[in-house]
Amino acid sequence: MSNSIHDMGGMHGFGPVEEEPNEPVFHTKWESRVYAMNRAMGPLRLWTIDEGRAAQEALHPAVYANASYYQRWLLGLEARALQHGLVTKNELAAGKALEENDRPNRIFKAEDAANLTRASFDREPQGEPVFKAGDNVRTLNINPPGHTRLPRYARDKIGEVEAVRGCHVFPDSVANGKGDDPQWLYTVVFDGQTLWGADAEPGLKISIEAFEPYIEAI
Amino acid sequence: MANNEDRGHEHSHDHSHGHSHEHGEMSELSNTQLRVRSLETVLAEKGYVDSAALDAIVEAYETRIGPQNGARVVARAWADPEFRAALLEDASTAVNTMGNVSPVGSHLIAVENTAERHNMVVCTLCSCYPWEVLGLPPTWYKSAPYRSRAVLEPRAVLSEFGVSLPEETEVRVWDSTAETRYIVIPERPEGTEGWSEEQLAALVTRNSMIGTGLAQRPDEIAGDS
Repeated sequence: MSNSIHDMGGMHGFGPVEEEPNEPVFHTKWESRVYAMNRAMGPLRLWTIDEGRAAQEALHPAVYANASYYQRWLLGLEARALQHGLVTKNELAAGKALEENDRPNRIFKAEDAANLTRASFDREPQGEPVFKAGDNVRTLNINPPGHTRLPRYARDKIGEVEAVRGCHVFPDSVANGKGDDPQWLYTVVFDGQTLWGADAEPGLKISIEAFEPYIEAI
Repeated sequence: MANNEDRGHEHSHDHSHGHSHEHGEMSELSNTQLRVRSLETVLAEKGYVDSAALDAIVEAYETRIGPQNGARVVARAWADPEFRAALLEDASTAVNTMGNVSPVGSHLIAVENTAERHNMVVCTLCSCYPWEVLGLPPTWYKSAPYRSRAVLEPRAVLSEFGVSLPEETEVRVWDSTAETRYIVIPERPEGTEGWSEEQLAALVTRNSMIGTGLAQRPDEIAGDS
């Protein structure tokens, strides 16, 4: 889902940013279990990081807005576990396994926690990058019903390519079940006034990470 | 841990207001704890997760993987010009040469504050954050106020963190909309010439590596034990 509440850049009304003094890593035990389950399920390769994001974005906007970060992770994980048939609603309600299942080929083990590094999203390029640092580009005006990583505030805006970041898995494809479809990734920088108008804060520049299909030459 | 379990969390209390319930998904929200236990039990019984592995993940983030890693990276960059250059060129590779921080995977990018430019990192679409060098993000980083305002009015946000920059300083906000992850190298405070990397690392706060703070000055930590 693209135009939902998760796309928050530039919204008003949420109030001040409040820092919690001496904040613990996790506030409750359940938060830590939700986080760890999400991490442990990743290496099973049942879904991708973008499918995980899409599951949270598909929550009703009121649900999303009212849920804490780890509550959203819980809801997203439950949704994927159900969609992929790993668990059933009856099992979640009963709090125990009720049906036989094939065991996964691999599972995250305690010793794997020694190396909690991120996977690489680099993929073999399908061609040369169209743009280079210094090129002026315009982001597309797109409003796809599925997952995208082009935020609303940066659509149909003129910016400058600042760097080529490699050829990466394309979220708009992989989250929608259409494979990696690798695309060149660029850092594209905009002037504050381009995004926010004449009243933008002085000396402001904002960049996004833009996949090649998000931008066009001008 | 038992007393922690009973602590509520933001928004987990007071669901007497009407919206959201009609959609069903949140009707059990007050039972979040039970719901998590149920999910873990079912996934474990079916062989998808190993509870001991979950313990190990939690322990890693509560002990080894936190902003102390990023602070060591910044201190090394301040102390060693060759490392600084390597870090700005390819942060993932440079950090993995250090030996005294936990390993990092792909796509880490370091951006440097200067007298002319202040960098600040946000993820407006979710809460992407460089976990490997900073650990898990604080609640404010994941909150709607930060995600909505960091790109629109970063100076106003900075003022809420007690940071005021000269008008002529460029404020550069990096919205982490892909799998690249950003860490800010704050400016090295004055009066730290000749300091060891360990001494320097003590000045590097988590917020200074997100860009909502500055590195501490020597006189700011003078009273610390």
